Amino acid sequence: MSNEPTLRKNTTQRANGNVILDVKDLRTYLFTKKAVVKAVDGVSFFLRKGETFGIVGESGSGKSTTALSLLRMEPKPAGRIVGGEIWFYGENILDKNEKEMRKIRGSRISMILQDPQTSLNPVFTIGNQVSEAFTVQEGRKNNQGTLLQRVIDLLRKVNIAAPERRFSDYPHQMSGGMKQRVVGAISISCAPDIVIADEPTSALDLTIQAQYLRLLREIQQTTGISIIFITHDFGIVAKMCDRVAIMYAGKIVEHGPVRAIFNHPLHPYTHALISSVPRMEARVERLFSIPGQLPAPGEMPAGCRFAPRCMYADDRCHKEYPPTFGGLSEHTEHTTDCWRLEDPTWEPKSYSR
Amino acid sequence: MGTEILLQVNNVKKYFPITKGLLFVKTIGQVKAVDDISFTIGESETLALVGESGCGKTTTARLILLLEQPTHGEILLDGKDIYALQGDDYRRYRDRVQAVFQDPWSSLNPRIQVRDIVAEPIIVNHKLSRQEIRDRVEKILVDVGLDPVHADRFPHEFSGGQRQRIAVGSALISNPQLIVLDEPVSALDVSIRAQIMNLLRDVQKQYHVSYLLIVHDLATARYMAHKIAVMYLGKIVEYAKTEELFNNPVHPYTKALFSAALPSHPDIQREEIILHGEVPSPIDPPTGCPFHPRCPMKIGTVCEKEIQTLRCKDNTEHWVSCGLYAEGRPEPETGRQQ
Repeated sequence: MSNEPTLRKNTTQRANGNVILDVKDLRTYLFTKKAVVKAVDGVSFFLRKGETFGIVGESGSGKSTTALSLLRMEPKPAGRIVGGEIWFYGENILDKNEKEMRKIRGSRISMILQDPQTSLNPVFTIGNQVSEAFTVQEGRKNNQGTLLQRVIDLLRKVNIAAPERRFSDYPHQMSGGMKQRVVGAISISCAPDIVIADEPTSALDLTIQAQYLRLLREIQQTTGISIIFITHDFGIVAKMCDRVAIMYAGKIVEHGPVRAIFNHPLHPYTHALISSVPRMEARVERLFSIPGQLPAPGEMPAGCRFAPRCMYADDRCHKEYPPTFGGLSEHTEHTTDCWRLEDPTWEPKSYSR
Repeated sequence: MGTEILLQVNNVKKYFPITKGLLFVKTIGQVKAVDDISFTIGESETLALVGESGCGKTTTARLILLLEQPTHGEILLDGKDIYALQGDDYRRYRDRVQAVFQDPWSSLNPRIQVRDIVAEPIIVNHKLSRQEIRDRVEKILVDVGLDPVHADRFPHEFSGGQRQRIAVGSALISNPQLIVLDEPVSALDVSIRAQIMNLLRDVQKQYHVSYLLIVHDLATARYMAHKIAVMYLGKIVEYAKTEELFNNPVHPYTKALFSAALPSHPDIQREEIILHGEVPSPIDPPTGCPFHPRCPMKIGTVCEKEIQTLRCKDNTEHWVSCGLYAEGRPEPETGRQQ
């Protein structure tokens, strides 16, 4: 592999092998009275069959808006997808009408939201809500007996003890971890190709989180679904993901295989963020802390979004957004948006830890 | 560090009654939120209480802040029982023990200027001139990394990290001896957390203040705390110096908790101890060791029947409450983990 960073101009080249979702230059803006907020501002990534892809970012980075845009559920009426393409099995999702979208949502791309408390309806039983997914997608052709059996099988698949009895419980009778498993059951009920999990464990306790993550991995191994993990936690990425994209203020600033990102972060933001997280495995003398704060929506810096907080920023960084450099380190899929990478030997300084 | 004991918690229990009936109220049960815990905090020392939701860590904090009366036991600050304080001593206690809460969006009054939020503890408890108050506020704001020029602004004009700095400033201004930090960074963005954790460590040295840190994130506990108490269902199951605990956890629950924590690098492979089931209800806790229904290492009746007390492991100041370490039993192989 040559060390020379190459300016990647053609975004269609990179996706090879079993790509089922290819997002190109997605732009979702929020039109408010005061300003146009570029929540997702030219995001490109792809997803292979059976892999787990992480999108990491802090609040306001646009990670959730990106996820919602994939299902055309951008926050309306303010939000609008103003550009880009989302190729899913050779079809552009952005060309679909609402009726066609309804066939995709839930049955081919489904979603697990952060808080199971709010994603389940408190006035219907668990069984009712799980079977709803079947009847909506397949019509009412199933007879009640087989439907019941399918729901019970599904609940058993997500490790709910005694599903025959749990079937008629209401959400408030279940614990948080159990409710999240029911939500998981609903999301895989129609054997989707992709599950988008938006911070699925941040409302759960540590040991319950471990149970849930293992369950997701088991489901993935048996069904071969692809998972998109939306998270702010590098620990989830380290544990679960094959590839990861780091978002900052509406842009993907770095993207690549998980090990490449952890061993060799090249964007100053990624590098600083990884150095600022305390570790459980070893004693850290002093954490690096990133100065400043996240840019307010509607007050985006003109050039690189991270420039005001970056220790390497120069004039050009403040004025002009950098191009995407690819072919970094030994991984062809590792890309970074940063002017410093024009110098093929440049690396961020290591912070004393 | 921690030469002089500042706060001493002795066998404290807090049971909440469960009542039935509107007119003729009957107590039909008890929630054992905190069940016989003891620990000490030294001067300029940080003790972290870690555990999952419902383990009683927040109730413990509330007891220390005099927001609850304990059912049993005593809490001593500088050797004096805090529930017996009256008059001026009681008011002094509010000066000496302060708190910083999790969510800086709800803990700061949106209608009050930052200057007054920060000054409130000394306005209430001290007779100071306006000029003195002004000077103190400005010094504190500088110490917590804010520009004193912004003292006349309102909380909504600040970001989350800055608000937490304001909360820290308000807690510090009366020169307290102890600050209760209830999840001080978990509501903040990842890139802001390190700023606040470093700030808390810096002001601890500068003001010689002790912290009781309530936290669920183990990495944060390791970075911030000198000592850690692991709680489960109202009890302390393991209690040791931070490095000792992380290098050599012995209680099966602590081990499971550590193995459930997310790794900081994809190459870190931990032995996965996945616990089955969920935390039992504190209304009807299991007999014997509260952890035994989920414990992968339980040994028959010892764990199911006998309540274990915290016992010191070979004079290392490493305390554990577990049937495996019960008196008279040979010490099991721990298998030091990295």
